[in-house]
Amino acid sequence: MRILAILLEKEFRQIFRNSFMPKLIIVFPIMVMLVIPLVTTMDVRHVGVAVVDADRSPLSQRMLSHLEASGWFTVYGDVPGYAAALQLLEQGEVDVIVEIPRHFERDMVLASPRPVSVSANSVNASKGALGMQYVLQVISRTLRDAQAEKGSGAAISDFFAVQYRYNEILDYRHYMIPALMIMLLIMLCCFLPTLNIVSEKERGTIEQMNVTPLNRMTFTLGKLIPYWIIGLFALSVAMLLARLVYGLSPVGSLGAIYLAAGLFVLAMSGFGVVLANRSETMQQAMFVMFFFVMLFVLMSGLMTPVESMPDWAQKITVVFPPRYFVGVMRSVYLKGTSVSELHADYIALAVFAVAFNLLAAVTYKKQS
Amino acid sequence: MKKEVVISVRELTKRFGDFTAVDRISFDVFRGEIFGFLGANGAGKTTAMRMLCGLSFPTSGSGTVAGFDVVRSGEKIKRRIGYMSQKFSLYDDLTVMENIRLFAGIYGLSGADTRTRAAELLSRLDFAPERHSLVGSLPLGWKQKLAFSIATLHRPEIVFLDEPTGGVDPVTRRQFWELIYEAADAGTTVFVTTHYMDEAEYCHRVSVMVDGEIRALGTPSELKRQFAAGSMDEVFRILARNAKRGE
Amino acid sequence: MKNNFIQFVRKESLHILRDRRTMLVVILMPAVMLMLFGFAISTEVNDVRVAVVAPVRSDGIREAVDRLSRNGCFSFCGYISEQDVDVKLRSGEVLAVVVFDADYDRTLLQAEQNIPVKPPVQIVVDASNTNTASSAALYLQNALSAERPVPTVFETRLLYNPQMKSAYNFVPGIMGVIFILVCAMMTSVSIVREKETGTMEVLLVSPVRPLKIVAAKMIPYLGVSCIMLAVILLLARYVLEIPMSGGVGGIVAVSLLYLVLALALGLFVSTVAQTQVAALLVSAMVMILPMIMLSGMLFPVENMPVVLQGISCCIPARWYISAMRKMMIEGLPVAAVWREIAVLCAMIAVLTGVSLRKFNDKLE
Repeated sequence: MRILAILLEKEFRQIFRNSFMPKLIIVFPIMVMLVIPLVTTMDVRHVGVAVVDADRSPLSQRMLSHLEASGWFTVYGDVPGYAAALQLLEQGEVDVIVEIPRHFERDMVLASPRPVSVSANSVNASKGALGMQYVLQVISRTLRDAQAEKGSGAAISDFFAVQYRYNEILDYRHYMIPALMIMLLIMLCCFLPTLNIVSEKERGTIEQMNVTPLNRMTFTLGKLIPYWIIGLFALSVAMLLARLVYGLSPVGSLGAIYLAAGLFVLAMSGFGVVLANRSETMQQAMFVMFFFVMLFVLMSGLMTPVESMPDWAQKITVVFPPRYFVGVMRSVYLKGTSVSELHADYIALAVFAVAFNLLAAVTYKKQS
Repeated sequence: MKKEVVISVRELTKRFGDFTAVDRISFDVFRGEIFGFLGANGAGKTTAMRMLCGLSFPTSGSGTVAGFDVVRSGEKIKRRIGYMSQKFSLYDDLTVMENIRLFAGIYGLSGADTRTRAAELLSRLDFAPERHSLVGSLPLGWKQKLAFSIATLHRPEIVFLDEPTGGVDPVTRRQFWELIYEAADAGTTVFVTTHYMDEAEYCHRVSVMVDGEIRALGTPSELKRQFAAGSMDEVFRILARNAKRGE
Repeated sequence: MKNNFIQFVRKESLHILRDRRTMLVVILMPAVMLMLFGFAISTEVNDVRVAVVAPVRSDGIREAVDRLSRNGCFSFCGYISEQDVDVKLRSGEVLAVVVFDADYDRTLLQAEQNIPVKPPVQIVVDASNTNTASSAALYLQNALSAERPVPTVFETRLLYNPQMKSAYNFVPGIMGVIFILVCAMMTSVSIVREKETGTMEVLLVSPVRPLKIVAAKMIPYLGVSCIMLAVILLLARYVLEIPMSGGVGGIVAVSLLYLVLALALGLFVSTVAQTQVAALLVSAMVMILPMIMLSGMLFPVENMPVVLQGISCCIPARWYISAMRKMMIEGLPVAAVWREIAVLCAMIAVLTGVSLRKFNDKLE
């Protein structure tokens, strides 16, 4: 115990004496929390719509004004033809093109009028598809209403009542903020311990440690504990900022959050140490770590839902600790889910924490 | 007088793939002795020493250090030895005192012991004014002396020094050897590698390694007689002439 | 003079070739990432887990639920009681619950006879993921009302990405982010390592001009990067089946430009960072977030607040990704991306200029 305390004192002195580390630990969470949430609006707003109106009838004008009034779109109402609209689309000004054929209103009474064509740029798949859905919804409502006025068909525009629970105003930030906290923890707890150990390797100081009777569990703990503290500190700063700046505080209990975060930080830093033990040079360690961080960030459901991935990819994510933490954080933060309801995720995190840390102690070889 | 053996090595071998770094070496080192382990760069000195310190497993052969087997009891050996590596390996970003406290703590010295030994160490080296300086800011010679003193802080039976005086000026080297003698007089066995042949003359006994094998072993005067040479330098050149491994 | 330049290049190449493990990682890792992300990342909403609350199992309700469970977008998780709605949603078992009124059938009839009605169906969605929530709500409404008479015929078309494969969207983004981070890491670390070990000083006192030393360090890394580029483009074309109809020549040219920029960025980082640790932290950890977040890889730039749109202009990946989307997917010719090319060139000039200046300053 005394030896561990001495090792911890050493690590903390080294961290705070470094010119770069303290800044990183303080500034990085603040920057991430202040800047990134502003970026992360995946809500499909500002969909550009070009309307090629060959009909110029009251009905087509009504569609146009309904599109404008919906607030979802930036409408270009006066596009001369499809070619011009396509050009707007290629320049990135619009995402959806609506073409209303000539005599559309007149032909509405016929059995098969020439159809309104809706084309979406789906290079950005989610924006294209959703934008098109929204456009279809608005236009079909306009048409239904118009028909209802004429006495045919039903006015069912209010057939459904939709309730968005846990995030009534559909604020995408509330979705992203817990994810950002997770990203912070991934970065701090993966990169820092790995770098620390590999740099001791390169400087040769680790060899001096290896020739002492220092027990490898103690050594590993001495390396890990500082980063657990740093990780939980950064998380607290981030949660405070989320509350002060975005007015978002967890619905669930703080205990549930810190329990999950504690397990997660344990798992990730243990993973970092395993990697460091297995690499020769800093470059190697960092490339491999970078690879895993990218996997964790992009495939754990932080930004795109795990459910949207193909089955084989979903199976791979079973071995990613962040996947479980993402679920826990979102549920506890936004929905107030309790630990017992999420016990499976907690158990998974605990298993990872134990496994990685054992592996960390085992792969640390004092003798080669 | 019957001399007590503290290091005993038989047929110790280390291979890395096809390359035999250390080839069946055998020797004994006695308590209180300063044992010089000579050889050109790449002759296998450091590899041999790392096996004795429990940093590296031998491929074959056996050895005991302070009565413990190097293969099975590496960790027990580590309690009884001090080690100073070729690379300077104190923490540059800690102060002199912080380094002392760190290593004292790791070897399980009590707080009181640490304080008295630290005070003793600082006065012996005349370091008291620098106790709160970062080690990284000290001149190389000072660092080496400090590293040696810290390696012997826990009063080990044997201290292993891997080219301790590389890149140090002659005056500091002289002072460094005085530290070594003091330690030897106090009963610590000193196992030192070097390629400065004048230093070889300071050792009680030396071995010369060439291409992973020990080619000569004895006191400096015995070796000079055996090879009909005027100095250890000459002995070394005669032996190194047939070396196959280049620099 | 020319001769010792070649010597330098050879020395650097040897360094790289010796470290096989690192090289293997540098070339394999981006390929694996591209394949994984290209196939796996998707924002499409499918497999939405839906439960239903139905006080009665009337014909109308049964028909609606039937439509729901036949729809590929949803997986029907059974009927639940009204009290369980919150529990199921909170534990994440289901993403949405459709609550039918007891007199759903009657209301349906009234609505068809044009009598104004109170909504007989309530859709409760877990909106903790806003995107999925809004699309799920939309899809649910469409699916549930699919068989009501739609008054007009629509014709819909998806341009450029007819199968709605997300890969099309993400591949340029992944390329943009991976290239720049990997190259910046490689070069910055290799230069800072020489600073740390002191060999940089040896090089600097030699009669070779600093510019040449820097160039000599860059050339082998450019070589490695080109191998990486070739692997990635081949995979993108033949495995992910990205059309690249804008002309392979143009795509390669712009990518090369981007690689040079990435190396210049690494050079810049190396002049700022004093230690390898700092260089790696800057080029891997600090840059990873803005590169992913602000480059338009995941989040459309035009949705960002104006200030951040401004900041995103300084992110090299933004320009490259936009150029690649146009050329690889929309099939536009090189001429259509002249603006992106100009920005990338300007960035190269600025970064190299500043770095060389700092490099020279240190010599004085």
